[in-house]
Amino acid sequence: MIDRDELLHVARLARLALHEDELETTAAELSSILGHVAAIDQLDLDGVEPTAHIGDVSDSLRADQPRPSLAREVALAPAPAVRDDGFLVPSPQGE
Amino acid sequence: MASDIGALSAAAAAAAIADGGLARDELFEHYRARAAADQLNAFTWVAEAEPGAVDGPLGGVPLAVKDLFCTEGIPSQAGSKILAGYCPPYTATAVANLEAAGAPLLGKTNQDEFAMGSSNENSAYGPVLNPWDHGRVPGGSSGGSAAAVAGGLAPWALGTDTGGSIRQPAALCGIVGLKPTYGAVSRYGMIAFASSLDSAGPLTRDVTDAALCYRHLVGRDSADATSVAFPEPIEIPSSERLDGVKLAVPTALVEGEGIEPGVRASFEAALETARGLGATIISCEIPSAPYALSAYYVIAPAEASSNLSRFDGVRYGLRVEQAHLDEMYTETRHDGFGAEVKRRILIGTYALSSGYYDAYYGRAQRVRTVVAQDLASIFEQADMIVTPTSPTVAFGLGERTADPLSMYLSDLFTIPMSLAGTPAISIPSGLSEGLPVGLQICGPAFSENRILSAAHALEQAIGFDGSVTWGSD
Repeated sequence: MIDRDELLHVARLARLALHEDELETTAAELSSILGHVAAIDQLDLDGVEPTAHIGDVSDSLRADQPRPSLAREVALAPAPAVRDDGFLVPSPQGE
Repeated sequence: MASDIGALSAAAAAAAIADGGLARDELFEHYRARAAADQLNAFTWVAEAEPGAVDGPLGGVPLAVKDLFCTEGIPSQAGSKILAGYCPPYTATAVANLEAAGAPLLGKTNQDEFAMGSSNENSAYGPVLNPWDHGRVPGGSSGGSAAAVAGGLAPWALGTDTGGSIRQPAALCGIVGLKPTYGAVSRYGMIAFASSLDSAGPLTRDVTDAALCYRHLVGRDSADATSVAFPEPIEIPSSERLDGVKLAVPTALVEGEGIEPGVRASFEAALETARGLGATIISCEIPSAPYALSAYYVIAPAEASSNLSRFDGVRYGLRVEQAHLDEMYTETRHDGFGAEVKRRILIGTYALSSGYYDAYYGRAQRVRTVVAQDLASIFEQADMIVTPTSPTVAFGLGERTADPLSMYLSDLFTIPMSLAGTPAISIPSGLSEGLPVGLQICGPAFSENRILSAAHALEQAIGFDGSVTWGSD
């Protein structure tokens, strides 16, 4: 149901590396789960609206006024790498 | 007093402290010592001393908290290697509310990674053992919270429920677990799994403790736009009768395959008890129930795939060093997430991807509408729906890990209420093969007082004795 190329495409979208020895098992497990969830095809859903969220949430915006938030050094403290006042990451182009 | 401390419910301990019969620090130290000597792997962190005392209606009764709640300066790892050692800069509203009401933090409890699982075997910090039988799972994902309460390592605990993660472990460990109406408890500071389903609630020894804890959990929080004010105060239940109460049993669902005979027998005995208390039992159907499980296993992974994109090795948690940014992301996530989390991220990403969105996510959201309508139409004829909480008693460690789908079936009875956002409680209905069976009682949105009242009446009549585990070492 889900083949190797499709799996690699989805993993790419999810920014999740899959190593060569994991592909076969993962594809089989995902196919089995997708086979099960395909049961939703059997229900007549004509005219049924989707529900993204239960409950009536409206007008939940607060006033657009500045207020205190986390201090910069507190927000940066758990980061694996920091330089100056920001999060440090490797280059998007590589070395 | 000291030798009897462990026998007190949370409410009884709070009362003993209030009338001077028990010292607050003595109570804390009793549980701190037990949690520190944990043989169940229920805790991932235990306080070294009582935090600063706060006077309040919860009287100083210590609280165990599921690891995915952020607690300022204290490890909050959500059962994941990707958050190993992570100490957040703020505390979740649910935890802060209980602390402010006088419940000091005792420790953080083990869980399935990011709350994905029904056995606690998906934790990066090892499985939790069921206090009733150390060869069996405690359920999940709030397995550490359930085992800590059932094992007498904590008087009560906070958990979360997305598809059954409070109710199912409560059932498998012989305690009480309440999943609230969606939005009744703030999600601020809960490390998110599926945002439209996640709910925080108590795991306790009895229904009175659940009500006592819950009344301090609810409330609108400006930090969670989906939270709502509870329309009435939460009462401490006292009812011992069910006169005039109409309970609906989804017959086809509870007579279906996969339900153990001992679970069915316990459920039927509970219905007889309910009749004896004056309740009327009617039969109902949830025609969409077989599809609810499928819809859940699209919606929850879809939301998870989005929520878990934040774990990328940049702001917190694990980083696998790579020269290229993109490879740093993908290898960090490869090494940091466990197998079940990866499966759900991939399923969710697939279901949301171009070409499949309507067939999976779009359809699942429409199934969700039908499930909510099915429950609403039952609540026009009955006050509450009752089912077993789990189709089986606690299963053996390792028994279902090879087949992810068999694990998903643990949630058969709990998922419709999650999709509909309605509250439900699990209370012990008895034993099967020496292991606890849970009874689920569900009502319409914001019916917690009625559910707690019915649960209290049934609890008194059933007379389940959980002290077998919390009284032992």
